Amino acid sequence: MEFIDTYVIPGAIIVAQIMALVVPLLVAVAYLTFFERKVIGAIQLRKGPNVVGPFGLFQPFADALKLLSKETILPAGANKIIFLLAPMLTFILSLIAWAVIPFDKGMVLADINVGVLYLFAVSSLGVYGVIMSGWASNSKYAFLGALRSAAQMVSYEVSIGFVIITVLLCVGSLNLTAIVEAQRTVWFAIPLLPMFVVFFISALAETNRAPFDLPEGESELVAGYFVEYSSMSFALFFLGEYANMILMSGITVVLFLGGWLAPFDIAPFNWVPGPIWFILKISLVLFVFLWVRATFPRYRYDQLMRLGWKVFLPLSLLWVVITAGVLVTFDWVP
Amino acid sequence: MAESQIKPLTMNFGPQHPAAHGVLRLVLEMDGEVVERADPHIGLLHRGTEKLIEYKTYLQAVPYFDRLDYVAPMNQEHAYALAVEKLLGLEVPKRGQYIRVLYAEIGRLLNHLLNITTFALDVGAMTPLLWGFEEREKLMEFYERASGARLHAAYFRPGGVHQDLPAGLLEDIKAWADRFPAFIDDLESLLTNNRIFKQRTVDIGVVTRAEALDLGFSGPVLRGAGAAWDLRTAQPYDSYEDFDFDIPIGKTGDCYARYLVRIEEMRQSLKIIHQAIDKMPDGPVKALDRKVTPPKRGEMKRSMEALIHHFKLYTEGYHVPAGETYTAVEAPKGEFGVFLMSDGSNKPYRCKIRAPGFAFLAAMDFLGRGHMLADTVAIIGSLDIVFGEIDR
Repeated sequence: MEFIDTYVIPGAIIVAQIMALVVPLLVAVAYLTFFERKVIGAIQLRKGPNVVGPFGLFQPFADALKLLSKETILPAGANKIIFLLAPMLTFILSLIAWAVIPFDKGMVLADINVGVLYLFAVSSLGVYGVIMSGWASNSKYAFLGALRSAAQMVSYEVSIGFVIITVLLCVGSLNLTAIVEAQRTVWFAIPLLPMFVVFFISALAETNRAPFDLPEGESELVAGYFVEYSSMSFALFFLGEYANMILMSGITVVLFLGGWLAPFDIAPFNWVPGPIWFILKISLVLFVFLWVRATFPRYRYDQLMRLGWKVFLPLSLLWVVITAGVLVTFDWVP
Repeated sequence: MAESQIKPLTMNFGPQHPAAHGVLRLVLEMDGEVVERADPHIGLLHRGTEKLIEYKTYLQAVPYFDRLDYVAPMNQEHAYALAVEKLLGLEVPKRGQYIRVLYAEIGRLLNHLLNITTFALDVGAMTPLLWGFEEREKLMEFYERASGARLHAAYFRPGGVHQDLPAGLLEDIKAWADRFPAFIDDLESLLTNNRIFKQRTVDIGVVTRAEALDLGFSGPVLRGAGAAWDLRTAQPYDSYEDFDFDIPIGKTGDCYARYLVRIEEMRQSLKIIHQAIDKMPDGPVKALDRKVTPPKRGEMKRSMEALIHHFKLYTEGYHVPAGETYTAVEAPKGEFGVFLMSDGSNKPYRCKIRAPGFAFLAAMDFLGRGHMLADTVAIIGSLDIVFGEIDR
C-alpha cells in the first residue's frame, strides 16, 4: 500500500499532468500548420486548404496520416543510429521545454526557480538535433544546412542571453512565474522595447524561420538538414520546428508581454481567465511569425552572422549596461 | 612533410533543384559556402528544334517557336515570322503589325512578371510569385482570346497574324492595362526598398558595360549594365517607330539593376499597349498575297481559286525564294534571332536560333565566381534563364 501511495499515485498524477500539457500542445502544433497555410494564403490572395473537412479544418490530420503511411527511407550512406536519433532528439527537446512555462499563477508543470536557465539550456541543445541529422544524412545539402544552422543558432543564442539578462535585472528572479508577476504594473515590452525587438528577431533566427530560414533555404539547399528524411522521421522534425515556434512565442510572452496577465486590470479584461490571455498573446506573436514569413526575402549566411554579432550583440550588451545603470541610479534594483 | 591538396567541395546543383529554373545542372566547386567555379551543363531539355524545322514547311515550323521560351511564346514567333517575311519580301498590313506589337508587349509583361517574381522567390520572398501569377493568368486569357491557346499560340504567322481580334478584346486589354500600374506599385512595395532584398541583390553578379558586350549579352541584362541597346528602337521592326516609349538602363550592372530595369520595362510596355490600342488601324491583319496567306473561309466556299490556294498552302506550303537572313527581335530576355536559309523549296534549308539565355548561362562562371551559394541562386534568377530556348 505504501508503495502505491508514495510512487504510483504521484507518478500517475505527473503523467496525467504531462499528458494534459503535451496533447493540447500537439493539437496546437497541428493547427499552427493549418493557421500558417491559411494566413499565408490570405496574404497571397488565395484560399489555403479548404477541401478536407469544413473550412479545411481536418487538413492537419490528413497531412499526418499521409506522412505516417509513407516509407521511412534510410539513405545507404547514412549513419543509421544517429540518423534516426536526430529527429527524436529535436522533437523531445521541443516538448520538454514546456515543463516550466506558466499558463497561469501556479498552473505550471515544474515551478523551478531556475526556469530561465532551464529554457536556455534546452533551446541550446536543440542545435544537436540539426547537426546530427545533417552529418548522419551523408548528403552535401544536408551537411551545409546543418553547418549554417549550427552557426546561426549559436550566434543568436548569445544575444538572446543578454536580452534575458536585462529582463532578469528588472525582476531579480529566474523563476518564470516571478517574471510574469513583476509585470503587473507595466509589461517589459514597453520599457525594454529595443530588447523586445531584438528578442523577437532572434527568436525567428533561433527557430530557423523566415527571413532566417537559410538552414532549410529552399532555393539553395532544397530542404537543408532534413532533405534526406521522409515519413515519420520528417514529421518529427516538422512537429519539433512548429512546437519550437510556439515555445519561443510563449517565452516572448512570458518575458515581455506579461504572460497570463490581462492588458488592463479593469472590468471586462480581468474577467477573462489568465490561460486565455496567454494563448491569445501567443497566437498574436505566432501571427507575426507567419506575417514575416510571407513578406520578407531570405538573408544570406554572412549577412545573418553580421546581424547577429555586429548589431544585436553590441546593442544588447549596451542595454544590459544601461538597464543596470538606471536600476542602480534610481535604486530600483529588486 | 608532403604538401596536402585541399579538394573543393563539389556540389551538384540540379537538374532537379527548385532554383534551377528548369533543368539546369550546375556543377559547383565550393570552398565552404563560396563558389570557386561554376560549370553549367546544358542539353537536358534538347528537343532538336532546329533540325525538326528543316523537315517542316515554313508554316508548320511556327509552333516550334512557342516551345522555345515558353514564358513569352509570341515573341519567338515574331522573329521567325519577320525572317520569313524578309525572304519573301512581304509587307504586313498596319493592323497586323499593330496587333503583333500589342501581343509582343503582352509577352514582355508575361515574361517580366514571371522573372521578377521567381527571382524574388529565389532570394526567399514567396508572396510576389503568387501575386504575379494572378496577373499572368489574365494575360494568358488575352492570349487565349486572340489565338485560342493560352501558351502554344501559333498566332504570329509569316504575313501577319492568324486572325483578327475578337470584338471587345481591345477594351478588356485596355481596362486591364489601366489597373496594372497599381499592381506594379504593390509588387515594388514588397521588394524595391526592402533592405533584405537589397542586401541580397545589390553588388551581386556585377557585369560592366564592356564585359556585357564581350559576353554577348542583350536585353535587360545588357541594359542593366548601362548600354542603351534595344532592337525596338535601334532597328525598328513592325512599326515600333510609331510608338513613343523609353528604354530604361541601369548603372551598376548588378542583380538589383536588372530587377529595376525589368520593373521599368513593364511600365514602358504598358505605355506601348495603350498607344497600340488607341491607334489601332482598321484593315486586314495579314498580307493579301494568296500565295502565302490563306483566303477567308467564306471566300473558299465561293471561289475555286481560293479553294486551290487553301489546299496548296496547307499541303505543300509556300516556296520561299533562295536566300538567307538573320532577323532578330527584342524578345523580353534579349536579342532573339533567327538565321534562316532557304534553298527555294517549301522547307527551310537551315534554321539557326540565337537564344539570349544561352549567352547568359555561358557567363555563369564569370558572374558567380567568388560569390556565395545563395548569390548563385540570385544571379541565375536575375539572368532570366529559360531552358526551352537554351537547349532548343
